[in-house]
Amino acid sequence: MSVAEATLEQRPQEQDYLWTLNFGPQHPATHTTLRLVLKLDGERVVDAVPDIGYLHSGFEKIGEHLDYNQYVTVTDRMNYISPLANNVAWHGAVEKLLGIEITPRCKYIRTIIAELARISDHLLSTGAMGLDTGAFTFFLYAFYQRERLYDIFEALCGARFTNSYTRVGGVMHDMTPLVVQKIRAFVKSFPETLDDMEKLVNRNRIFVDRMKGVGLLSKEEATNMSATGPVARASGVTRDLRKDEPYLAYADFDFNICCAKAGDCFARYYVRMAEMRESLRIVAAAIENIPSGPANVGVDERTALPTKQQVYQTIEGTITHFELVMQNRGFTVPNEETYSAIEAPNGELGFYLAGDGSNVAYRARCRPPSFIHFALFPQLIRGHTLSDVVAVLGSLNIIAAELDR
Amino acid sequence: MPAKPETIAALAARFAGLSASEFRGDTRVVVLKDSLLAAMQHLKSDGKFDLLVDVTCVDYLNYRDARDRFGLVYLLANTVTNERLTVRSFLNEPDLTVPSMVPLWSGANWLEREVYDMFGILFDGHPDLRRILMPNEFAEFPLRKDYPLQGRGERHNFPVLKRNQA
Repeated sequence: MSVAEATLEQRPQEQDYLWTLNFGPQHPATHTTLRLVLKLDGERVVDAVPDIGYLHSGFEKIGEHLDYNQYVTVTDRMNYISPLANNVAWHGAVEKLLGIEITPRCKYIRTIIAELARISDHLLSTGAMGLDTGAFTFFLYAFYQRERLYDIFEALCGARFTNSYTRVGGVMHDMTPLVVQKIRAFVKSFPETLDDMEKLVNRNRIFVDRMKGVGLLSKEEATNMSATGPVARASGVTRDLRKDEPYLAYADFDFNICCAKAGDCFARYYVRMAEMRESLRIVAAAIENIPSGPANVGVDERTALPTKQQVYQTIEGTITHFELVMQNRGFTVPNEETYSAIEAPNGELGFYLAGDGSNVAYRARCRPPSFIHFALFPQLIRGHTLSDVVAVLGSLNIIAAELDR
Repeated sequence: MPAKPETIAALAARFAGLSASEFRGDTRVVVLKDSLLAAMQHLKSDGKFDLLVDVTCVDYLNYRDARDRFGLVYLLANTVTNERLTVRSFLNEPDLTVPSMVPLWSGANWLEREVYDMFGILFDGHPDLRRILMPNEFAEFPLRKDYPLQGRGERHNFPVLKRNQA
């Protein structure tokens, strides 16, 4: 029996000296707007009740009023730490519903940006874990590299934060040589920073003591509670959609799935650090092997928006642009429902789409990994101390904008 | 990966009124509301669908040729064979009660709360069926098709608390 369980047994819950602490919605360690009501016995957390909804903005309702290309701007704002992964997930789902097969070049481009988004997400989540447990230098190392990723995204699509890079049937525009050059430079220099980061905290007594054995999640519980992604993999679940249901170009690359058995905060940190190296391997292989050819599916098929050059200089381009942009025309959508998911940095990010023939989704349900992982929180924190709240919260990587949508 | 034909056949043999279909690699079955819990129990124990990926709902109020008002959607996955199965069940007013799946998959807890919050579907046997995203005072179900995008003025009439009232 652990110390935590023993304490809980000695002190029954009906004791009236339990103290209620309101944690959030505005608190620096929640990082975003979420609220926890903690029931404390001294410093031990007896129970935690999450209260969410502070950032609810009706994204799913908006999805029923914006067309398939417009809604990508809303997906940026769900998990704003890795917006490119959300873009890829959204348009992957739309293309499945519409039955569009994207070009090999586009598959590679989307794979690269999804993996860069994973690195950027894991840098933030591990960095913030360090920040919350007292390793400020670690956080600065991580954020410097995130700035470099933002530079890449800026060169890619003009926006640093809310990228909206994908389109139905392709991407906003093809990668320029400058982007390829920047990604190559990043691939070359990033492992050094990863080494530095690992040297800083992996054997750091303060960090390890605060992470190890805290927030234990067993393999059975993880699956039963619908956990996916790094949270489940840190508990020994080997599920990774990139291997299990290879989408985009993942079948072409050699990479490992990173798992741990411990299921504590340290395992979740460790899995994320290891995943960054594997993502980097995928990016390094993909950037050297991008197939040539068009990035968007042909203009003649009336699926992707034509480039401005095609619109102004060819009659086919003008017609396609008109057909796609006018409200009463647009895509051919079946009266059907599909579900499509990708392995987003945080877990399985899927969209359940119902089409009704118009170019607006009838129902656009998002399966948000943060929402499902936050439901685990009370179970993970029970019996631990107040200072462990931030460690567990950081290791789950809760993004409130995705949590509440 | 679509579910194996044997899985669907075993389910169809046990439950009458079940219809299966496939679209773009998704296998879907429609289960009658009365046999929903039994069918899910069967899928969990015999079909080994150990992961409940998502629970959601679609309001078919304005949908062309729709006969039922609500369609509940359960997305299941098997973490060993990677099969996926979509289980749907239709509901009509006034009886919007279905059995809760929390005893089978604990992950259904918040997902069902969200469906209740957004569509007003009641889950029988749910341990904690409260609103989750909308405030408790909110009286309507915002993702229903008869609720307007801009709301019905709740935002403008929201009570503002003074510091001494809080």
